[in-house]
Amino acid sequence: MSGEHSSKQYDMDLETIRSKVLLMGGLVESQFHDAVACFRSGNIGQAETVIKADENVNTLEVSLDDACSHLIVKRQPAANDLRTVMATIKVITDLERIGDEATKIARAAKNITERGVTTINHYETIRVMATSASNMLHDALDAFARLDGKQAIKLIAQDEAVDHEFRSIMRTLITFMMEDPRTISSALDTLWVAKAIERIGDHAKNIAEYVIYIVEGKDIRHTDYAATQLDERTTN
Amino acid sequence: MTTQTSVDMTNKKTLEIANLNFFYGSFQGLKNINLDIHDKKVTAFIGPSGCGKSTLLRTFNRMYDLYPGQRAEGKIMYHGKNILEPGQDVNMLRAKVGMVFQKPTPFPMSVYDNIAFGVRLYENLPKGEMDERVEWALNKAALWTEVKDKLNKSGLSLSGGQQQRLCIARGVAVKPDVLLLDEPTSALDPISTAKIEELISELKGDYTIAIVTHNMQQAARCSDYTAYMYLGELVEFGETDQIFMNPNKKDTQDYITGRFG
Repeated sequence: MSGEHSSKQYDMDLETIRSKVLLMGGLVESQFHDAVACFRSGNIGQAETVIKADENVNTLEVSLDDACSHLIVKRQPAANDLRTVMATIKVITDLERIGDEATKIARAAKNITERGVTTINHYETIRVMATSASNMLHDALDAFARLDGKQAIKLIAQDEAVDHEFRSIMRTLITFMMEDPRTISSALDTLWVAKAIERIGDHAKNIAEYVIYIVEGKDIRHTDYAATQLDERTTN
Repeated sequence: MTTQTSVDMTNKKTLEIANLNFFYGSFQGLKNINLDIHDKKVTAFIGPSGCGKSTLLRTFNRMYDLYPGQRAEGKIMYHGKNILEPGQDVNMLRAKVGMVFQKPTPFPMSVYDNIAFGVRLYENLPKGEMDERVEWALNKAALWTEVKDKLNKSGLSLSGGQQQRLCIARGVAVKPDVLLLDEPTSALDPISTAKIEELISELKGDYTIAIVTHNMQQAARCSDYTAYMYLGELVEFGETDQIFMNPNKKDTQDYITGRFG
């Protein structure tokens, strides 16, 4: 953010919103991390903690939405301030969805463990993808915190790899299911988990796009702007 | 400072300002202003007090001529003529480029005569046509229904918002090309302000409008183009949406986001 407002209270309001978004980001990041961990370990207690933690994320979403509405009505933000507020409203929606996806992973972990059918190495199937999506989420939050457009562009390109990984997991799981129908139930759970992780990658990408909107004032959703920028940088 | 002109140049221009400098005695109030006022569009001038917005507006109809020691250099082209040249008929110019001020300034006469007074200076209309003109002007200024039963009452008996619309009607009555509005709503309550803003959007169908305002939201709501001025210079000029969403200059952004000073 450039410079300070004549109104100190305005600066404080914006700062409060920003730090709450980062707090929410931290919460969903550890929610995702813990969900993947209990998918690996089968720790039902941890899975329940993850599911429970979603309430905090939801509460934060509501309170941030409210803070943004108040800021708009009190300050009528313009230019970069307006872009920050608009992007924040969208970022928190994505964060809340990431929380939901993490909850889905935790539920799947619980299901698989409770049924005790682990005929496939389900964690190994999603390990690489989970690491990529987790890095993307971390970088997206980092780019948002530092308003780093370059980092945002870099991570948008990574989403393609996560999507590719998802398609490959799907093929592997289909093969498992065809070969041994007893794996169908756990393979389906693993597929839901893979899908949830793929969605988390998408949400991280969305956050990166909003960072670019804040920094450059460009709405690059549904464009190949990031790819073009990355190409240009590689060429130069 | 170079001027940003991210503006669609295909629009017709009413006023073309080139290398305009303005002096209050030895103090230079405007420094090398270059910009175009587009036909049947609203152009808003924003900037901190003393930045030259009103001074610039006052050059468009040579209002400054009334004060000794004030002079303008450069060009303001209007219908192919530089209006700053000595040969310019200033009265004719002011009929074509009307002005409304910050404080409502009705004449101490009836509502009817407030409108008819200006018209009589330029046209000799029979009573019936004058009545029609008065009604037409008051309608244009969205005031007719409120004052049609008190045309003979003093203009000063109207409310502040009505007085300001009366002044706009007076400006419109002589059928100008351009209306200059110098902070027309800064002395008015929100309802009267909304009515004037509504009026501006209706009037721009027929007139070219230039408005000076300290109310940034008003500029964002009412105008097609916005010029940000600071210390007598034009810092940035562009389409209003672009200026308020994503200005090119940091100075402009700091001003419109309240980071100024």
